[in-house]
Amino acid sequence: MATYTRNPQEGERLNPKPVLELNAATVRFCGDSGDGMQLAGTQLTNTSALAGNDIATFPDFPAEIRAPTGTKAGVSGFQIRFANSEIFTPGDQVDALIAMNPAALVTNLPDLVSGGILILNSDAFNAKGLEQAGYLQNPIEDGSLIGYQVFPIEMTRLTRLAVDGLGLGVKESDRCRNFYAMGLTFWLYGRSLEPTLRYIDEKFGKHPSIAEANRRALHAGYNYGDTTDAMVSRYSVQKASLHTGLYRNITGNQALAWGLVSAAERSGCELFYGSYPITPASDILHELVKLKNFGVRTFQAEDEIAAITSAIGAAFGGALGATASSGPGIALKAEAMGLAVMTELPVLIINVQRGGPSTGLPTKTEQSDLMQAMFGRNGECPLPVIAARSPADCFDVVHEAWRIAARYMTPVMLLSDGYIANGAEPWKIPDVNSLPAWQVTHPIGLSNGHGFLPYDRDERLSRPWAIPGTPGLMHRIGGLEKQDITGNVCYDADNHQHMVNVRANKIAGIARDIPLQEVQGPDHGRLLVVSWGGTYGACATAVQLMQVNGGSVAHAHLRYLNPFPANLGELLQRYDRVLIPELNRGQLRMLIRAEFLVDAVGLNKVQGKPFAVREVVQKIEEMLGSD
Amino acid sequence: MTIEPTLSVLTAKDFSSDQEIRWCPGCGDYSILAQMKKVLPTLGVPPEKTVFISGIGCSSRFPYYVNTYGIHSIHGRAPGVATGLKASRPDLSVWVITGDGDALSIGGNHLMHAIRRNIDLNIILFNNRIYGLTKGQYSPTSILGQVTKSTPMGAIDNPLHPLSVAIGCEATFVARSIDVNIKHLTMVLKRAAEHKGTSFVEVYQNCNVFNDGAFDYATGRDTKAETTLELEHGKPLIFGKNRDKGIRLNGMHPEIVSLNDGISEDDLLFHDEQADEPTLAYLLCRMRNPDFPEPIGVFRAVDAPRYDESLNNQITEARRVRGKGDLQKLFNAGETWMVE
Ligand SMILES: Cc1ncc(C[n+]2csc(CCOP(=O)(O)OP(=O)(O)O)c2C)c(N)n1
Ligand code: SF4
Ligand SMILES: [Mg+2]
Repeated sequence: MATYTRNPQEGERLNPKPVLELNAATVRFCGDSGDGMQLAGTQLTNTSALAGNDIATFPDFPAEIRAPTGTKAGVSGFQIRFANSEIFTPGDQVDALIAMNPAALVTNLPDLVSGGILILNSDAFNAKGLEQAGYLQNPIEDGSLIGYQVFPIEMTRLTRLAVDGLGLGVKESDRCRNFYAMGLTFWLYGRSLEPTLRYIDEKFGKHPSIAEANRRALHAGYNYGDTTDAMVSRYSVQKASLHTGLYRNITGNQALAWGLVSAAERSGCELFYGSYPITPASDILHELVKLKNFGVRTFQAEDEIAAITSAIGAAFGGALGATASSGPGIALKAEAMGLAVMTELPVLIINVQRGGPSTGLPTKTEQSDLMQAMFGRNGECPLPVIAARSPADCFDVVHEAWRIAARYMTPVMLLSDGYIANGAEPWKIPDVNSLPAWQVTHPIGLSNGHGFLPYDRDERLSRPWAIPGTPGLMHRIGGLEKQDITGNVCYDADNHQHMVNVRANKIAGIARDIPLQEVQGPDHGRLLVVSWGGTYGACATAVQLMQVNGGSVAHAHLRYLNPFPANLGELLQRYDRVLIPELNRGQLRMLIRAEFLVDAVGLNKVQGKPFAVREVVQKIEEMLGSD
Repeated sequence: MTIEPTLSVLTAKDFSSDQEIRWCPGCGDYSILAQMKKVLPTLGVPPEKTVFISGIGCSSRFPYYVNTYGIHSIHGRAPGVATGLKASRPDLSVWVITGDGDALSIGGNHLMHAIRRNIDLNIILFNNRIYGLTKGQYSPTSILGQVTKSTPMGAIDNPLHPLSVAIGCEATFVARSIDVNIKHLTMVLKRAAEHKGTSFVEVYQNCNVFNDGAFDYATGRDTKAETTLELEHGKPLIFGKNRDKGIRLNGMHPEIVSLNDGISEDDLLFHDEQADEPTLAYLLCRMRNPDFPEPIGVFRAVDAPRYDESLNNQITEARRVRGKGDLQKLFNAGETWMVE
């Protein structure tokens, strides 16, 4: 028998196992939060993207960083879907589940398709592990998994064997187990080991024995699939025909960070980012601190209030001032947002939403801060609200938010969510020279004989952005009501009425400066599905499926939530019924009903999880069938 | 900083705004404003490079009355606004104007962190031991037993002492002055402006409407020589109408001694504002009326790294090591693939 090389090449095997072609596959790694499941998922994501698939991912973190080992509270998961055509969601159900312990199995099994692949670390199915998961009997042995293709593998023992002789302790050896699981999964889907081997070199280069152990575990897992009789077939998912160009993977938070840096550079501003750590927004800060050579100034403030007020101070000085947080932190920023509205300074406020209220579900996704974004401030305090729909979209949305903020001298609220923030998808790398470019301008001298008028407005109702250092333009701004044009403190009744109206009209007027709402599908018909934010993928996929089946249904996904696109009201009238799926109790629906008197129907869920496509499909079917 | 030739002709008038001043007649804030306008033209910084940022309170109206750039922000948050501005615009001279409630109650957190970062701001706290703007509730510096609108039977919480707080936050410049002590206040404001890093100045300010006479002991013609003590670097601590009393250390404790009893100046405690350890400054700020004369002047002035400077140095350093950032390189780095 030929001895196989460490990185077996196709065709070298004596008895290559059959390869089954798939259009798409959904795989989920799950295990203890210390099991390295996020890394396993990220590596499968990268190698699949490099193989040319379209991908969508859904990392699912436990709330506790280190819940007791083996407990259900400590289960961490990472789901990835890769496909040979364009996809918008990481999949409703899982085709292959890799579960590292009983707790991971019991919490994730409901999502596995019947007949799906179930790879288990059988070493973890001991008395203690089973008890922690609440199993009375070992599911591997009691026949309860009969509807799946079960592969119980002694991953702990086999990993220890693979790394034997490198001088590693038991704990260190067991830490390589995720590479074993990766290797096996890579074999199953015909994935190259190369990107992960490069990763190991980069990450563990300084610790040769650990690097070698991880390499061995990876190969051991791969070879297990290849050589043992346990696995009978493997799968292949061909390249997707995406638009031509150079691609990379990007997560939502990374796209936000890169969007901020590039929007600042393209508009000729310095970037100042004030923030206070909070899940799931912290990674924006982690990305930006790496970019000091771009002149990025990051400030880890003492709290969210200082984070936004520092951004306001930086904006007064002429910078692109930005801050990001999640619900609880956004609540703390509310008063300062009012200051930014009153002083009419451009500031970007990013809310990476999570489950609420209060501390809520820190690591889970939700869309329940729309009302907070719209109205969560004292007084008549309008500001533009726009929302990203996917990880890569975050990049474009930041550019658009900054365009609006600087052109209209207003704070802008940008909504993302935990699902978008941590999820990854291929991003077609833009040519930097083709990114939006428009120079921010600051007045440099007096244009009249009356002294500087900080609240004199242009045709957009925007005021001049005069910055300190400019001789002759000294002025004071603040939270007290302003006299029209002069900006002096003014308590006059009619002036207040006028200024409230002006601030409202300024924001409403942005509707003239944003694209009209587009629809996917027929421009009139029986049903229009309206969505916003991170539910884009599920809604787009569901509507497409229904359209293929001949349903009279169209999809409008809103990027602009305040103001709404100018044609939205008219568009809503062209369909018999309107469905608004949201991960909240109907916040956009309430806005749309109030604004357009449309009797929209909701599909609402707050379980910390994104919509499954089938949930939206079911609702559409129900609505189409019911009239 | 190079001084532009036109600056030599700047006067207090160049720093006066056209806004009508709305403080109560007789309020101590007027004097602080007047001294500030005297000091500003002497600093070599033109009005357009000067920014005043305040919170909310009577004192926080201050920025409207100086013809510089300014933000009258929200209650307690001026240090945050000022930090963002100074960090991104190191070329500006940034002042923070705050009250005892603004700085130590709602804004206590921000004050603490601005000071420990030693960001180059001049923070002037107008201490009137009362909430002026909201019409007379007690503040964190109101004294035990103080009867106010919200403490009819007397305040029962221990007051904060602004300088103790500042020193506890490792302040590099700590000073105190008094609204009506015009010359002294001018000197202290100028010293604060010249210090690099956070300068923290407490100014005793009379609110003649809601807490009139709170500092009479320190300002009274007959009492002030006995109740205050002017600190001078390198000089012994001497006070009294006839400058015949001093402060001597007895172990760890200060004591008042008479210079006539065979005790010479050399036996006294000498002030050292540049001492590395803040121990002396802390001891001095715990000398309080009526047991001791209250020191005024500069308690502490030491040099330490500044947040704004370090932040900008890191940018310079990152550029030196990695080169100026290139967006296209950033986007294209790492694992990428081509779709044909
Ligand atoms: C968030 C918030 N809470 C409360 C107030 C009401 N308020 C305004 S000023 C002030 C206290 C001011 O006291 P101090 O800082 O000592 O300033 P002074 O008026 O004495 O100069 C209060 C409670 C406010 N403006 N904002
Ligand atoms: S209330 Fe007191 S502090 Fe406020 S302006 Fe009047 S006197 Fe001054
Ligand atoms: Mg006060």
